Amino acid sequence: MSTQLSTPINRSSAEALSRSKQEPQWLASLRAEAAELAETLAWPKPEKTRIERWSLGALGEYKAAEQLTRVEDLPADVQPYVPQDAGADFIVQRNSGIVFRQLSEQLKAQGVIFTDLETAAAEHPELVQPYLFSAVKKDEDKLNALHAALWNGGIFLYVPKNVDVELPVQALFLTDDPEATFAPHILIVAESNSRVTYVDRVISSRTGDAAPSIHHGAVEVIVKAGAQVRFASIHHMHPQVIDLSVRRSNVERDGRIEWIIGDLNDGNVLSDTTSSLDGAGSTSDVKVISIGASDQKMSLTTRAVHFGKNTDSLMVTRAVMKEQATAIINGITKIEKGATKANGVQTEKVLMLSPKARGDANPILLIDEDDVTAGHAASVGQVSPEQIHYLMSRGISKAQAERLIIYGFLAPVVSEIPIEAVRTQLRELLERKLLS
Amino acid sequence: MSTKFVIDGLKATIEDKEILKGINLEIKGGEIHAIMGPNGTGKSTLASALMGHPKYEVTGGTAELNGEDLLEMDVDERALAGVFLAMQYPSEISGVTNSDFLRSAINARREEGDEISLIKFIRQMEAKMKELDMNPEFAHRYLNEGFSGGEKKRNEILQMLMLDPKIVILDEIDSGLDIDALKIVAAGVNSMRSEDRGFLIITHYQRLLNYITPDYVHVMMQGRIVKSGGPELAARLENEGYDWVKEELGIVDETVGQA
Repeated sequence: MSTQLSTPINRSSAEALSRSKQEPQWLASLRAEAAELAETLAWPKPEKTRIERWSLGALGEYKAAEQLTRVEDLPADVQPYVPQDAGADFIVQRNSGIVFRQLSEQLKAQGVIFTDLETAAAEHPELVQPYLFSAVKKDEDKLNALHAALWNGGIFLYVPKNVDVELPVQALFLTDDPEATFAPHILIVAESNSRVTYVDRVISSRTGDAAPSIHHGAVEVIVKAGAQVRFASIHHMHPQVIDLSVRRSNVERDGRIEWIIGDLNDGNVLSDTTSSLDGAGSTSDVKVISIGASDQKMSLTTRAVHFGKNTDSLMVTRAVMKEQATAIINGITKIEKGATKANGVQTEKVLMLSPKARGDANPILLIDEDDVTAGHAASVGQVSPEQIHYLMSRGISKAQAERLIIYGFLAPVVSEIPIEAVRTQLRELLERKLLS
Repeated sequence: MSTKFVIDGLKATIEDKEILKGINLEIKGGEIHAIMGPNGTGKSTLASALMGHPKYEVTGGTAELNGEDLLEMDVDERALAGVFLAMQYPSEISGVTNSDFLRSAINARREEGDEISLIKFIRQMEAKMKELDMNPEFAHRYLNEGFSGGEKKRNEILQMLMLDPKIVILDEIDSGLDIDALKIVAAGVNSMRSEDRGFLIITHYQRLLNYITPDYVHVMMQGRIVKSGGPELAARLENEGYDWVKEELGIVDETVGQA
């Protein structure tokens, strides 16, 4: 069923909402401008995916969130996603707002800021304003403009120059009220030669009813010279939640961004992860893993844009498709004129478990400079009967043989995930979704 | 109970073309049988049909291991019953390490809750790999991926050593092996000789039989066993080729249906 969105917000309502939350004037203006843009801009048009046919009207409305004193008060089915380490640096957003914040003394002492973006915009405007919507452009399309007008809660992570944050900082985004706008914005600023790992989970709680809703998220990662940021995100929401996730990183000289994305939702997904390698010697690495089931539709795009000389990008996407699921997987390597000695490598592989599933792998190389290297590999295949026979001839059951082959297909991505806890959780979710 | 493997009148087709035209063979524990013959006479089909490869359809006859009807079993059940086939072209499986694969295979033979301990498994695997002069890193490599022909064959023998089968079928295990590797593989097979294990070695060269002495040698042509004898038969084939057999039996074209 198609639902055409009449833009749910306009200039004055965006401004009014911003004022009611006592946001600073510059932010209220930003939202108002974005709301105006949203009225005229068009939806993004990812390859072979008509997102305007999705129920994009279900953005909900802002609802103030009730603070939690302890994470134990979150619903029981959410508890497995709460960090085991009670002292972890951890923030929880529930529906439209942040409900829990925990920052260790150590990080405070290092000058790290890890708080919700709404608070940061009020308390640290000099650090937030220059970067907010600098990587995600609010005038790019209707999706971004709406997000810029509507975003709520969110994260601001600021790592000062030369600071090395040892343990991963973590966040949890939970939707359990389909009527509430769920539009977190994550802004990470890593100053020169700093280092940080950020991990989040975006989930839905089953206590929510089955009304359709949307996760309308955006991520901006600003990597300054020589800094390194690892960003890991696992999305696991129920079939009625549409996941719209736009991620952008601008990387300066010798900086590095690593993305690890687990798109394990049960509903439709638009996932777009882009690294802009602006400075010479900057590098990016993105790994995306996904399982599609039922009649899910997914558009998974990874993109590396090379501006700087000697820049290096690696992109790997692996997807397993069950039942009637559809995934359109785009890998885009763009090398701009002047980005000499750039190197871009991408691989997209889809394993089909059902004749009714569909998986398209589209490698796209756009190269405007001669002195570069680039490579791509894409494949769509099925579990080979020859491989099943080989495993079974050693006494392994057919079900177990299939399982080994599927895990083997995903292993090159899963095994490289640098954070043990994320790896384990990803494995559990993979298992659950493959067996369901 | 001592092992007894009886193949009686086995017929098999591939894409409706009959390749096996009635194979009779009895292998007892402790015995080594060699099947020799030129290319295209149905030797590998026999191996694949016994293991239950989906490409082959058995159209007649029986194959029983210790009274159990193999042909009624799924492929994994045949393996659990004690059949092991070292394949001519082992599959490559990306992302599954050799050790994870072998551990799954061993655990398939054990009750749930009685899985082999990791330490014990690693110790066993390391010892067997050493016997086969395999680089220990092969335990962590993805199954057969990027292995050379000889490495794949050694890996097949490693599996044989680890899985303790009752009937071992070696399909052209000697192809692609240099003489040193051949000796190592032969030593592995010889170390497995025992009263309750039978072997069926398929080869078209006699050289493997210099290192593994068979009790019986069978010649296969046109999808049948046309001649049987002792080790001396293999030696004569090596010296004189197959022409004398064809002449003796009045066979012009020894191949079968695989144009």
